[in-house]
Amino acid sequence: MSNEAAMHGHPEVVTTHETHHDEHHVHHHKETFITKYVFSQDHKMIARQFLITGMVWAMIGGLMSVLFRLQIGYPDQTFPWLEDILGRWAKGGKISAENYYALVTMHGTVLVFFVLTGGLSGTFANFLIPLQIGARDMASPFLNMLSYWFFFIASVVMLSSLFVQTGPFSGGWTAYPPLSALGDASPGSKVGMDLWITSMALFVVSSLLGGLNYITTILNMRTKGMTMTRLPLTIWALLFTAILGVLSFPVLLSGLILLLFDRHAGTSFYLSDIFMSSTQQALPNEGGSAILFQHLFWFLGHPEVYIIILPAMGMVSEVLSINSRKPIFGYMAMVGSLFAIAMLAFLVWAHHMFVSGLNPFLGSVFVLLTLLIAIPSAIKVFNWLTTLWKGNIRLTPGMMFAIGFVSLFISGGLTGIFLGNSTLDIHLHDTYFIVAHFHIVMGVAGFFGMFCGIYHWFPKMFGRYLNNTMAYIHFWVTIIGAYLIFWPMHYAGLAGMPRRYLDYSNWESFNQFSDLNKFISTVAMVVFAVQLMFVFNFFYSIFKGRKVTTQNPWGATTLEWTTPIRAGHGNWPGEIPEVHRWAYDYSKDGREFIQQTEPVNPNESKH
Amino acid sequence: MSTTAIFLLSILALGFLITFQIAKASEYVSILKGEKKSFEQSNRVNAFLMVLFLIGSLIGIWLCHQALYGKTLLPMPSASDHGEKIDTMMFITIGVCGVVFFITQILLFWFSFKYQYSEKRKAYFYPHNTNWEILWTTIPAIALCVLVGFGLYYWYKITGDAPQNAMQVEITGRQFNWIYRYPGKDNVFGKKFYQKINPNDQNELGLIWEDKAAQDDIVTTSAMYLVVNEPVKINIFSRDVIHDVGLPHFRMKMDAVPGTPTTMYFTPKITTEQMKKITNNPEFEYEIACDQMCGNSHYSMKGIVKVVTKDEFALWRAGQKPQYQLVMAGNNTTDSTKTTTPNAAGDTSKVVAAIKK
Repeated sequence: MSNEAAMHGHPEVVTTHETHHDEHHVHHHKETFITKYVFSQDHKMIARQFLITGMVWAMIGGLMSVLFRLQIGYPDQTFPWLEDILGRWAKGGKISAENYYALVTMHGTVLVFFVLTGGLSGTFANFLIPLQIGARDMASPFLNMLSYWFFFIASVVMLSSLFVQTGPFSGGWTAYPPLSALGDASPGSKVGMDLWITSMALFVVSSLLGGLNYITTILNMRTKGMTMTRLPLTIWALLFTAILGVLSFPVLLSGLILLLFDRHAGTSFYLSDIFMSSTQQALPNEGGSAILFQHLFWFLGHPEVYIIILPAMGMVSEVLSINSRKPIFGYMAMVGSLFAIAMLAFLVWAHHMFVSGLNPFLGSVFVLLTLLIAIPSAIKVFNWLTTLWKGNIRLTPGMMFAIGFVSLFISGGLTGIFLGNSTLDIHLHDTYFIVAHFHIVMGVAGFFGMFCGIYHWFPKMFGRYLNNTMAYIHFWVTIIGAYLIFWPMHYAGLAGMPRRYLDYSNWESFNQFSDLNKFISTVAMVVFAVQLMFVFNFFYSIFKGRKVTTQNPWGATTLEWTTPIRAGHGNWPGEIPEVHRWAYDYSKDGREFIQQTEPVNPNESKH
Repeated sequence: MSTTAIFLLSILALGFLITFQIAKASEYVSILKGEKKSFEQSNRVNAFLMVLFLIGSLIGIWLCHQALYGKTLLPMPSASDHGEKIDTMMFITIGVCGVVFFITQILLFWFSFKYQYSEKRKAYFYPHNTNWEILWTTIPAIALCVLVGFGLYYWYKITGDAPQNAMQVEITGRQFNWIYRYPGKDNVFGKKFYQKINPNDQNELGLIWEDKAAQDDIVTTSAMYLVVNEPVKINIFSRDVIHDVGLPHFRMKMDAVPGTPTTMYFTPKITTEQMKKITNNPEFEYEIACDQMCGNSHYSMKGIVKVVTKDEFALWRAGQKPQYQLVMAGNNTTDSTKTTTPNAAGDTSKVVAAIKK
């Protein structure tokens, strides 16, 4: 329970001295500021680095959405103060088309890759894998460190693309050629696109280094007694996530390299039959297929959404179980459904391409495979609901975000059944219906999973608690705001309102939603402000939050809560713990919880 | 910095400050009250809010539906036969998913409220139950079979081959408008090649004039005319980047891909004039919305479809001159968007030279 800890009237600033005590028994090598905080090889520090970098990106990406929502909400107004802040990005107080598309593209790229992949998997895979399987660190701490620094360099390159003269890439985060291949088609496709490709390539390297490490660590470095079926669901989810990443990111990289060749080496992988209106010239390229890129992109792009959502699912399963004081219902079914989702993730990519001229027969195969995903998803939802049933639910902030995740996953998952059905996709494709769908099921749900993880493991990460009042405000405003923003968008989608338009006033078919657009923009700003409050809570609590005084504040069974409150590099001061049971013995035989390290009593009831 | 910005920022800062002070104070209060007691209190409040959120959301969904349903296309009849199938499929899916949505969301928030922490309650150790799990694997599987079955039945009808007698129209996307072509009296589209595109010679599509079939082709950018109740096959091309022919009222959509021709076919059911009455909007037009990000003016890449009666179509058609004639005669085209350059217009030798190139 979060409330056992005593309040400190005079909170102390965290210094290196505090952790020194715990490290004492583990390693004796000397740590400087550089090796401890910058080029650290401790998985816990790398996790914090990923988390904080991800949060910085989330603020940038969120701010971008506020800016372009200002344009969609108020297309006929100017905001002179925007020019004061943003300069050429908002000349005359208006976001121009060029900058609007740049903002939309960067918002998508940043949030999908840098926040919900790097920030989410990077943080929690690094933090939880060694702690929950009982290992002192990752299989290769050095590769792990490189993984973060490649991520960092990728971030720097992406950020720098915002400042080039022709602007950052502006052709949508999916970067479909020929638009992304031809600088004459759009100014954003000039040097901005080269930086985008470079950054993504570095990101793929980071993701691969991390992913291989995660897989190796989970398979080889489990402590004594930690069989695969005793792993917490977080670890299963992170394992499948890493496998998805390792198998699909290289395909994206290959697609991007071919794109680079088309851009600079005169090849025609994606280009054919093009006459540029801006230069009045026909290009020599013939025989390429623009659709090839879409296949390569979505072969990553679809698994990518599961790379985002699987870790969230794992953490939510764990937090729901802990705070219901009940074992997760149907552990094997949960593992099985994670496995099924991971497998199907590779077999559904073309459902993004139903209206690209794909052979209708091929389309029908992808309809079947896509809708199959609803079955493991349904199993998960019903199992989560049964986990709550007859529990003794503690609504900690982490738990509330877990419940919110389930709600969002249901809402967004069900609209997936509309879009996965090619017949309906003809009408709904690239309208606001899809915007609503993926923001709910991947964006907001992914964030809820991340918040759930942050609130739950913050005491382990920083030895302090986040402020509860701000956490409750954060939860309620975010969930209400998210539904207010995205629920009405489905209706706009059912009117066929296309996405990626910055002004609908000239359209007889879509201008009836101008009030709605205003409303959504206003809510988006409020929700964004509350996220800033969360960020404040986060940094304030690192230094001044209530201190954790017990080893196991949530009464959880897993191994991370057997380490000292501020564990040093190596995690456990003495021997690494041995595991005797699964991770979900809650409320068994009248005991509130039994930790995994406790030997099985012969009189214990079986599950 | 302007006063508005300062005003907004100061409101924001004040809001943060107040929230922060309250948050901090409540932390101190919880110490005074005792950790356990304040935990129980906040748990009760949040559990109550969970059920309040559920009720509020259900009301909100109803209000949202009242406000926005009339603005969607669903209450309106579909303008094409395929669209009717898509609407039917939509209602089937809304029905199935709606039931699941309400059951699961109500259970989720109700459980969060009902099984909230209480000192007296003991959580029920219930790790698994094979029967339940089989039940909720098979029920979704059956529901999905129904949806896949209906979906693919309609999908094959919609994407199947157009009937032989279907009218043929060609649409070509470019940054940032649409060009339409009709095959002329011979009912055959003339050959074209993108290297022959030459806007200065009014040859926006790169038609090869040596091909007889091309000489009577009609090219226009004003609107795509279709005949009501007559099936039409639309051949879709792009000149530069990927565009998408989005026809919301017909519920149809297909990408225009450079180098890869695509098609769609459907039968328009309602004329533009009838639709003006149905929608009660004298300004109504069937709009073609580009639905694939195609550059900085993507949001304004609009086309118009005019669905007319057979007679009206014949009348319109009679007024159109083949592009070849326009180019040769050097007349100003009826199409206002076309530009005629002085040196090219009327200069037959130049056109011939262009062809030989």
